[in-house]
Amino acid sequence: MNQFIISGSPHVHGPESTRRIMLDVIIALTPAILVALYYFGWYALRLTVISVAACVLTEWLIQKYLLKVPTTVGDLSAVVTGILLAFNVPANLPVWMIIIGAVVSIGIAKMSFGGLGHNPFNPALVGRVFLLVSFPTAMTTWPQVSPIFEKGFFADAITGPTPLGLLKESAGNIDKMEVLDMLIGNRGGAFGEMCAIALIIGGIYLIARRVIDVWTPLVIFATVFAFTGVCYLIDPTTYISPIYHLFYGGLILGAFFMATDMVTSPMTTCGKCIFAFGIGVITVVIRLWGAYPEGVSFAILIMNALVPLINRGFRPKRFGSKK
Amino acid sequence: MAKKESTLKNMLIALLVITVVSGGVLGFVYNLTKPAILQADANKNLAAINEVLKGSADIASTEVKVIDDLTYNLAYSADGQFIGAAIKTFSMNGFGGKVELMVGVLENGNINKVSVLSQAETPGLGANMTNARFIGQFDGKNPSNYSLKVKKDGGDVDAITAATISSRAVAEAVKRATDGFEANRTQFMKGGNNE
Amino acid sequence: MSNWKTFTKGLLKENPILVLLLGCCPTLATTTSAINGMSMGLATTFVLIMSNLSISLLKNFIPDKVRIPCFIVVIASFVTVVQLVMQAYVPAIYETLGLFIPLIVVNCIVLGRAEAFASKNPVWPSILDGAGMGLGFTLALTFLGSIREILGSGSIFNWRFLPEDANTILIFVLAPGAFIALGYLIAVVNKVKKSRTSK
Repeated sequence: MNQFIISGSPHVHGPESTRRIMLDVIIALTPAILVALYYFGWYALRLTVISVAACVLTEWLIQKYLLKVPTTVGDLSAVVTGILLAFNVPANLPVWMIIIGAVVSIGIAKMSFGGLGHNPFNPALVGRVFLLVSFPTAMTTWPQVSPIFEKGFFADAITGPTPLGLLKESAGNIDKMEVLDMLIGNRGGAFGEMCAIALIIGGIYLIARRVIDVWTPLVIFATVFAFTGVCYLIDPTTYISPIYHLFYGGLILGAFFMATDMVTSPMTTCGKCIFAFGIGVITVVIRLWGAYPEGVSFAILIMNALVPLINRGFRPKRFGSKK
Repeated sequence: MAKKESTLKNMLIALLVITVVSGGVLGFVYNLTKPAILQADANKNLAAINEVLKGSADIASTEVKVIDDLTYNLAYSADGQFIGAAIKTFSMNGFGGKVELMVGVLENGNINKVSVLSQAETPGLGANMTNARFIGQFDGKNPSNYSLKVKKDGGDVDAITAATISSRAVAEAVKRATDGFEANRTQFMKGGNNE
Repeated sequence: MSNWKTFTKGLLKENPILVLLLGCCPTLATTTSAINGMSMGLATTFVLIMSNLSISLLKNFIPDKVRIPCFIVVIASFVTVVQLVMQAYVPAIYETLGLFIPLIVVNCIVLGRAEAFASKNPVWPSILDGAGMGLGFTLALTFLGSIREILGSGSIFNWRFLPEDANTILIFVLAPGAFIALGYLIAVVNKVKKSRTSK
């Protein structure tokens, strides 16, 4: 065994523990969970609980029986992965599919690479993309929102496409949607990505607690806004207003909670800006010209793969060194 | 035999002999397999035609006509009667670009069967167009009382779940084939009589 | 090394795919079903046996400095023969494998065995070496193809055990599934080999 653990800088850590950070993330996600419960009731609750349970159980089983090492489920990172995975799927996804997604997230994307801190890709996104590519029909048919006081807690959901899905079919569909509806989440979509306000509240909490920094989400939003804005100015009949692009789909969820994942994003602010710029550009390219209606998750995964390269180019300043 | 030295002469001889022998062997095998390859190609085309005209009268002869980008494989019975046409049609509006179909249209204008020749749709979504449940819905339909549009656009075609664009492309391609058939029908009927 | 060992080493101990990691391109691309994997494996096996045989026969005739071009010409000829024969008699399989048949020429395992074994050994062991390596390649491809077909299409050797429109894990018949399946297959083989040597 190595006596010394050799890892890339920074070597000096702050006082916050993984558990503390993960707890903050869970707190930040709570408003979005409550909104999901309001719109989808029983479906959202069932999916979140099963997803979290499956993630935690997979991690525990692999560590106990396959690797035979002390378990780390206490750091709550598997819980966060479970919540984020559930947030990225339609509320009416069959239970067995979310379990497969959880096993892939933890088993393939996290534990195969050596557990938390060694995974090059965001586990929840790997699980989500795995499900999207494997079960495209189930993953792109979203339940229409129905507030629980209208239909009851256990009501069956009616399915329909997302705004971005409608948009792929024809740009004319778009006038049916209102910006206000998007802000409060009254639209189709994966259940965690619906309500922009709830997600922004969570994001601001994380920035205030200094769990994430403000640059990554800001640059992503700016890039997407600018890129789609230029397209809109060139041809408003084919492309829709950049405001819709900001609030549709998983952009807000991805920018605040997944692109900022400490393990899979660059270390320096400069690196983070490049990383975020890349995510913005790839997202728009996939949304406008790609085969899938939504590109945020693919964009983040692609940029995750480039993180080691970005880190080489933009090393953190050595502690105590002068320019 | 001792190992040959790497002199210029030896190298040239070795390369020459090996390439000449290889060339000879390849020429021999090529001639041997050529008829079978041509046969296989012809069979494939014929199989595609037979596939979409299955269940109709026995096809004795076929004739190929190209009108307005569409290829019509016209089928005639032994006594020169026009049976129908296997029409190679396409749509450029698939999710992944071009979709090519073979549509069998009988002499009375009924669609006999549709088969997908090539497509580049998203696997699991648009690519499901090859499933019998979708592509089989055209069997036996007559465009005079069956609107070749997806239900969402006011037609009679059931779209594939979550793949309206691909379904639209298929409906469009089938419509192109049946429209072309109707426009040239009299010409096809005559073609048989002239033979 | 005994003849028997020359033959069997390709099956597991020096399996071209799972241990030597040679010829990964056709492995990843053609194993979308068990039949496709097996056809590709058998085509490669034929080329391996024939090229090993010819190169072993010709090894003293070919001067060292031009051995690589000579090997490639020999290999390319056999690959073209396989291609023509498949095109003529099994057109359906030829169409699915498509581009990957001519690409057998550049499959590292074929040139690798010619260079590392056939050009230094007598004819009979060379044939056995080619057959063993080819069989190991075929086994790995068939196995990988079966895994991907079962998970991704709900069938095995074209026999469906799930209905056509069942929700199968589609990613396994697509490119990313090939990498995932091959990665875990290699992991399992490494684990097995490790536990064997530690005993």
